[in-house]
Amino acid sequence: MINIMYFLTEIKEGLIIAFRAIRANKMRSVLTTLGIVIGIVSVTLMATAIEGVNRAFEKSASAFGSKVLYVQKFPWMGGDDWWSFRNRRDMKVEYASFISQQATLVDAVAPSVFTLKDARMGSRTMLSAFVTGTTNQYQEASGTTIEDGRFFSQEESDGGRPVCAVGANVAETLFPSTDPIGQTIKVGGFPYTVLAVFEKQGGLFGTFTSDNRIFVPINSFMNQFGSRRDVLISARVASGVDIEEAKEELRGIMRKLRHLPPGVKDDFNINEQEMLTQVFGMITGIIAGIGFFITGLSLFVGGIGIMNIMYVSVTERTREIGIRKAIGAKRRTILFQFLIEAAIICLIGGVIGLMIAYPLSIIADQILPTAMPVSVVLLSLLVSLFVGVISGFLPAYKASKLDPVDALRYE
Amino acid sequence: MSNNVVINLQQIKKMYDMGGAEEVQALRGVSLSILKNEYVAIMGPSGSGKSTLMNIIGCLDTPTSGLYEFNGINVSEMNDNSLAKVRNKEIGFVFQTFNLLARSDALHNVELPLIYAGASSADRKRLAREALDHVGLGDRFHHKPNELSGGQRQRVAVARALVNRPSILLADEPTGNLDSKTGDEIMILFEELHGQGNTIILVTHEEYIADHAHRIIRIRDGMIESDEKVGNRKTINIA
Repeated sequence: MINIMYFLTEIKEGLIIAFRAIRANKMRSVLTTLGIVIGIVSVTLMATAIEGVNRAFEKSASAFGSKVLYVQKFPWMGGDDWWSFRNRRDMKVEYASFISQQATLVDAVAPSVFTLKDARMGSRTMLSAFVTGTTNQYQEASGTTIEDGRFFSQEESDGGRPVCAVGANVAETLFPSTDPIGQTIKVGGFPYTVLAVFEKQGGLFGTFTSDNRIFVPINSFMNQFGSRRDVLISARVASGVDIEEAKEELRGIMRKLRHLPPGVKDDFNINEQEMLTQVFGMITGIIAGIGFFITGLSLFVGGIGIMNIMYVSVTERTREIGIRKAIGAKRRTILFQFLIEAAIICLIGGVIGLMIAYPLSIIADQILPTAMPVSVVLLSLLVSLFVGVISGFLPAYKASKLDPVDALRYE
Repeated sequence: MSNNVVINLQQIKKMYDMGGAEEVQALRGVSLSILKNEYVAIMGPSGSGKSTLMNIIGCLDTPTSGLYEFNGINVSEMNDNSLAKVRNKEIGFVFQTFNLLARSDALHNVELPLIYAGASSADRKRLAREALDHVGLGDRFHHKPNELSGGQRQRVAVARALVNRPSILLADEPTGNLDSKTGDEIMILFEELHGQGNTIILVTHEEYIADHAHRIIRIRDGMIESDEKVGNRKTINIA
């Protein structure tokens, strides 16, 4: 029934009135808008920070490889009963070759063991490098990329040759200006020749990425640094295979290896990147919830400011409302007029807020990873519009309900 | 004859609740009809109920009881929105204090009823210009009310009242805020408008203004005291 053209004319008239009213009360409008500006700045910066952390996490989590399963003594997450995990049998290096023979759904399996050792090159030292003993299959099994050189071969791996592949940070620390390939470094006092440098991974999980690691053949590791260590087995799921199926297969093989009768719980865990993503999502969800609540409060205060000033505006313009009603403005017309005015004030606040928040987010990016996606921009404009309509509603409703006779008599 | 009746009031009563048991009867049963192209003055001292009567005739207010037919349509029980529509299309108001929008220029003030009537932008501009031309303000389109004299402001108000071609022009003390010379000019304008076929209802307490009308209805204590045709109209001498 409502004629669209009529509706548009009403909206247009509402916009004209709104801009006239804002211009007529410049200082008041600026001060009112300020509340919304501050609210929008804080909310968008919050959203930007969370978005940035999420992106950084995604990038970091990819270091674990989305299609890699990690068979371990401990679960990555949900270790509420640490002692029961502690008392589990240790993982063994031999499991890797057994899994490799039995499994059909994974195409690369590598055991790895870890220790912290200082690494030296001449006078340069890298304290507590994350030394990893593994086999030639590791690179495939973990999905890491080599920047320069080659990973050690099966012969070098089996023979426990004194060769190593180093992470980007290790290479930078020990060889700030020279090519590390072919050089011999001392790891925990033992000489190892550098065969390869890994591509830099970066991200939030410093020690878990390859950046700070030195990879040596596992046989050499066991000889030099001791063999009683917890073993991690990485297995890459073959392409086109469902990760859950591969996980089930691995679980069956492990239970067979451990001779676990049916009904007995697993005494190992199969971890994957997904678990990290889930937990991280939960954590950022909580942070976002609290953050948005707090920043939302400032927006709420801004909204109250709008409501207050709209009440003042309605009272001041009682006579104008009376005139408009006498001339034929309907309740709805008056309601729209004031809603549009409140929405415009808030929208202007939102735009100014974004213009302030955007450069701030770029500055903040130097310290914290941030990102202001289009969705945040659109959302904050939508939010400011929403705040305007919500906080403008009661004053606008009051205006629309005014009795024309009383309003015309108002001085 | 009967389809010439624009306004038909039957036993209109208006009560105001003053809180508690006290009730003020502003109108105690007013019956009257006004025909097309009549020029009527409603007179009465303050407190007589003439303002209340004007508000009801202008559809700004509704009677407590009684029947009000406007062009044969019962408006006494209409809701707010329908009354707004009647005010917009059928009634042109001219107020003592002009009641123009201060921030809008003359043209926009005159356009306002057309906006609420849903006219297109081009039609609005054209009709508003015509209406302003008609009242002799063809050169004042973009003047704001505070840039116009009192007489000019009232002319803008008359243009605004007429722009939707209403059935009645309802003027409440239209010369009350004007000096006698400009007041006379407005009264001449009203006579011209009447001559062109408009129905005019004038609310005033000044005899010499009411003398312009062809029929004078006197109100006292919420009732019609007298209702008489005026034969010998006053003519204005613009010397």
